[in-house]
Parts: sequence; C-alpha cells; structure tokens
Amino acid sequence: MTVSREWGRVREGSPWTGLWAVVAKEMADYLTGVRMRILEAIIVLTAFGTVFAAAENLRNTVGQDRFLFLRLFTVNVDPLPAFVGFLAFLVPLIAIALTFDSVNGEFNRRTLSRILAQPIYRDALLFGKFLAGLFTLALVLTTIWLLIFGLGLVRLGLPPSTEEVVRSLWFLLATVFYGGIWMALALLFSVRFRSPATAALASIAVWLFFAVFWSMIANVLAQLLFPLRYGLVQEVLAQSRASLFFSRISPITLYTEITLALLRPTVRAFGLILPTQLEGMILGSPLPLGQSLLLIWPQLTGLIAATVLLFALSYVWFQRQEIRA
Amino acid sequence: MEEWVIQTQDLTKRYGDFTAVDRLNLQVMAGEVFGLLGPNGSGKTTTILMLLGLTEPTEGSVRVLGLDPARQPLSVKAQVGYIPDQVGFYDDLTGRENLIYIAKLNGLPRAEAFRRIDEALNRVGLDEVADRPVGTYSRGMRQRLGVAEVLIKRPALIIMDEPTLGLDPEAARDFLGLIRNLKSQGITLLLSSHLLHQVQTVCDRVGLFHRGRMVLEGTVEELARRVLGGGYRVHVEAQGDPQAIEQSLRQLPEAKRVTRSGPDIYTVEGARDMRSEAARAVVQAGGALRSLRLEEPSLDDVYAHYFREVEDDRQS
Repeated sequence: MTVSREWGRVREGSPWTGLWAVVAKEMADYLTGVRMRILEAIIVLTAFGTVFAAAENLRNTVGQDRFLFLRLFTVNVDPLPAFVGFLAFLVPLIAIALTFDSVNGEFNRRTLSRILAQPIYRDALLFGKFLAGLFTLALVLTTIWLLIFGLGLVRLGLPPSTEEVVRSLWFLLATVFYGGIWMALALLFSVRFRSPATAALASIAVWLFFAVFWSMIANVLAQLLFPLRYGLVQEVLAQSRASLFFSRISPITLYTEITLALLRPTVRAFGLILPTQLEGMILGSPLPLGQSLLLIWPQLTGLIAATVLLFALSYVWFQRQEIRA
Repeated sequence: MEEWVIQTQDLTKRYGDFTAVDRLNLQVMAGEVFGLLGPNGSGKTTTILMLLGLTEPTEGSVRVLGLDPARQPLSVKAQVGYIPDQVGFYDDLTGRENLIYIAKLNGLPRAEAFRRIDEALNRVGLDEVADRPVGTYSRGMRQRLGVAEVLIKRPALIIMDEPTLGLDPEAARDFLGLIRNLKSQGITLLLSSHLLHQVQTVCDRVGLFHRGRMVLEGTVEELARRVLGGGYRVHVEAQGDPQAIEQSLRQLPEAKRVTRSGPDIYTVEGARDMRSEAARAVVQAGGALRSLRLEEPSLDDVYAHYFREVEDDRQS
C-alpha cells in the first residue's frame, strides 16, 4: 500500500536496505537444498550425455568447420537432441522449481510478517529473492559451460578461438535471462497464489502452453488472419510473417532464435528469405559477431523486457498485499 | 524521551465496506504494559499492523516513539520489536542462524550481532538448544526465540500478538514471567490477547476492543468498578437463620448487592474489600461464621458482563 493519499510524500531510506542479506540467505538456502541437488544432477547428466555424443561425432569432422566448439552445443546425435534443445526445455523447469514457493512459502511458514517487521522495505525482500534465484541459475549454468569447454578440450583436442568463447559467453548470458523470465513468472504466481502447489501448477501450465501448443496456435492464427486466397507470393509472405510474429510471443521461440544466431554464425535471417535478399551473398559464410548480435538484439531485449514486466507486476501485487497471517 | 510511546488519533482502517478499526484513540506511556483485549476479528491485529507501518491507515494519525510509521517505517521498525501470533521461523535453520539473519536485516555489524545474539539467547533461556534446528523446538521455545529475536534490536517497544495462545499452562506462566522481566528493564510492551486471565496478571492498563472500537480503557480495577459496579466480592459461609443473616448483610452501607448462592453461602458485592464488615454483620445476626473469601475483580467478569450488556442492548 505505497499508494499514498498525499502526493510528494517521500519514503525514508533506501528501498534496497537489507537486500544483500536477503540475497545471501536465499542463495545459501538454494545451494544447500535437496531441490537444487536434484536439478543439478539432471542438468549435468544431460549436458554430459549430449555434449559427449556431439564431441564423438565432431571428432570425425575436425578441421572442416571454423566454429567447431560452438557445434558442441548444437549438434545432435540420434536419438539425443542437441544440448541447446535440452536447455530450452530444462531451464524453465529449473527456474520455476527454484521460485514457485518463494513468497507464499514465507507466508505459510508464518515468517513473512516477522521479516517485514524488520527495518527493510518489501522491495528488498522480493528483489532479493529474485536476484538470489538468478544468481543461483547463473552459477549452475556457468559451471556447466565450463564443464563443456573442458570436455571439448579433452575430446576434440583443440583450443576454442576467441570468437567462439565470446559467442558462447553471450549464449550463457541469454540463457540466464531466458531463465529469468520463467523465474519472474513463478515469482508472480508465488505472490498471487497462497498455495505453493497452485503456483507451481500455474507456472508449469504456462510453460507447457508455450512449449507445446503455442507454435500450433501461431500457425492457425496466421492462417485465419492471412488466408491464402489466390496463392500469391505476397499472401504466402504475409502469412509466414504473421506466423513468425505470433510465435515470437513465446519466450521459447525468442530463445531458440538467439541461440541459433549466436552458435551458428552462418545464420543471417529468420523466417522466409526471398531470392532478392540472397543477391550478392556468399552462401555458408559466417557473419561477424557484431552482425549476429545485431540480428538477435530485438529478441534479447524482448526477453529482458518481458522479465522486467513480469517482475514489476509481482512487485505491484506484493506491495498491495495484506501480510496479516 | 517521549513520554507517550504510542499515540493514535481517530485511527481508522476500512476494507471496502468493512471497518476493521474505527476512530481509535490509544495512548501508551513509556514503561507500561498495555493489553489490547477483545474477541478475534475485533481489530487488534489491524491496529498492530498500522502501528508498525505494515498497513496504511485509511484515516487518522499514528505516532510511535514520536515517528510516523507510514513515513518513517525503517526508523520505527528498527526500534520496535514485533512478535506475530504463531510466530514462524525457518525450520531447517538453527535458532542461532535464524537470529543471525534478523541481525543482518537490521544491519548490525558482525561482532556486535554475535554478542547481542548470545545475550538474547541467554536471556530467554535458549542457549543450550541454540544450535538445534528450529523444527525440533516446542511452541513455548519458538515463542521465546521470538522474544530473543526482538531483543537483538534493543527495542524501546515490543508488540506481541496473542503471545500465550496455544502454550500449555506452564509454558504460558514462564512466558508471562519473561514479560514481567522485560517490563522491569524499562521496555514498553503492547500485548493483544483474548486470554484474559493471563493478560490480567501482567498488564498495567487494558483496552477492550469490540467491533473495531475501543469500548473500555483503564486499569483492571477501574474497569471492574465501571462495569461491575463493585469490583470486590466477598463470599461468606455462615450457619444460622438465613433470613436474618441476609438481612443483616444487606444493611451494610457499602454493600451494592447481596445474593444467596448456596444453602449457607452468601455473596456480598462492594466497591472495596468488605470482609471485616461482613464478618461483623454475620455475628450480629447470630450466625456462625465458617469462612470468608475475597474474590478480586477479574477481567473475565468485566468482559462477560460488558458483552452481555452489549448483546442485550442490540436485541432490545
């Protein structure tokens, strides 16, 4: 209830008082918790499996590709999907599993009113919980990133080039923010629903919706709004653009596009490409890093903006919530 | 130092059409123990939340330690300890770890925090179990850990919501002893409760809540005088002619009411202790006095009596 009746009223002190105490405590909780160990085991196993298989496959083609190391992330060997595919799938689950009970859990343990009676603002508690989740996720992902590089060095016997390292670091950053959006979503539900089970189910429902159904819905929407009446090129183009536009509402599409552009330097556009766009282009030649980044800049900002938006929403809800037990 | 630790003026909180707290004027002096009494849902907890700045008042003003909790919540919360009802801790952390977190949130330097934590744990008698997870603590121990937590701040005021609810009689008695101990250190306490007989023994003054309004306020004796007419009841057990004895007791100038509650038992109500007069009256009426017992005014009586009247008024 910070909406005050008197304008120009200023709160005393910084809203971030106590923020780092909250972050430290929450991170300690995450890192010592059983939940975290299970998640780590899952992700390390998948990382090891997929990357090991990819490395074995790539050993036969060493020397044919300038970006061999990046292909560790993207090459899939049947029946395993590529590592990035696994990440797109697992990171939301980890993010949701970490935060779905962060606020309502405090409420149910009856610790919330006691914590808020300390000289801190609610801002610090909510933001501290979010940051702790994000740091934990970043820690796990960085560890895996390092493991993959080590594995690559051993199995491929080649050092990565500077550009490969920089590109994969951007990929790491994008993955953390991709986790951030799901974390903000789970946090929102944990503020909204008093029962952690409801919050977890709601978050998983949203994730399933985007992971499984959204691409179909995007196609159907595009077909409905831009039907092919005469089979003209313009119609086909319009429909394909609409379909791409709708599917980009899903963070999963955004993340897939980001990883594609970062880890496959030859990717220079998404969606349909017209022959006129191919004019003067040397097929198969990689883009410089700056150009790849330019290509995914909208997607990356979109991810971050959605995270900020979801967090702001849970912030407003949390501020207006009655904390009486 | 402010003489008034808590001052509210026409403090009102509405949730939609429902008025949780209605024009409350509450004053608590430094060093006193004040009890907010009333049935569940009568506005006690809402009042406490407004005092801490955890809920904004709809109307009226609050001053706690001379500060406005809505404008200066950090200064207020740094000096005021709050123990919510059914206080909760992180069960998988030890008692000490729980307190360390609170000390960090209060921004205490490390060495100072450890010193205060040891001192507080010692004070509430939890130093031996401090390194066990809170999950293994009993209700009474959790409640005492709650006190240790607020003591870390060295508070000027402690607010407790239903402190003895759910404690067994012995734990409750220990806890009330702890409250008296705090009072003797000069800390002001505000308690809310509906367990009247427990609160009565520690509170200097009480305020009775009913439907969001503080309907009565004062010391227990004052309330008893106001609501019960007399505060003191003398139970007289005497053998002899019942009519003569009753007649004789009724003639005592200060007796407000005389009733016969048993075959040989009479109850005399008066504004003060009337044991000696009653004894004389029985002897004068030719009765044989068997026993004489003084019943001090109890909050339970005040409460029951008051709310019976309120209900009667509403029905008529």
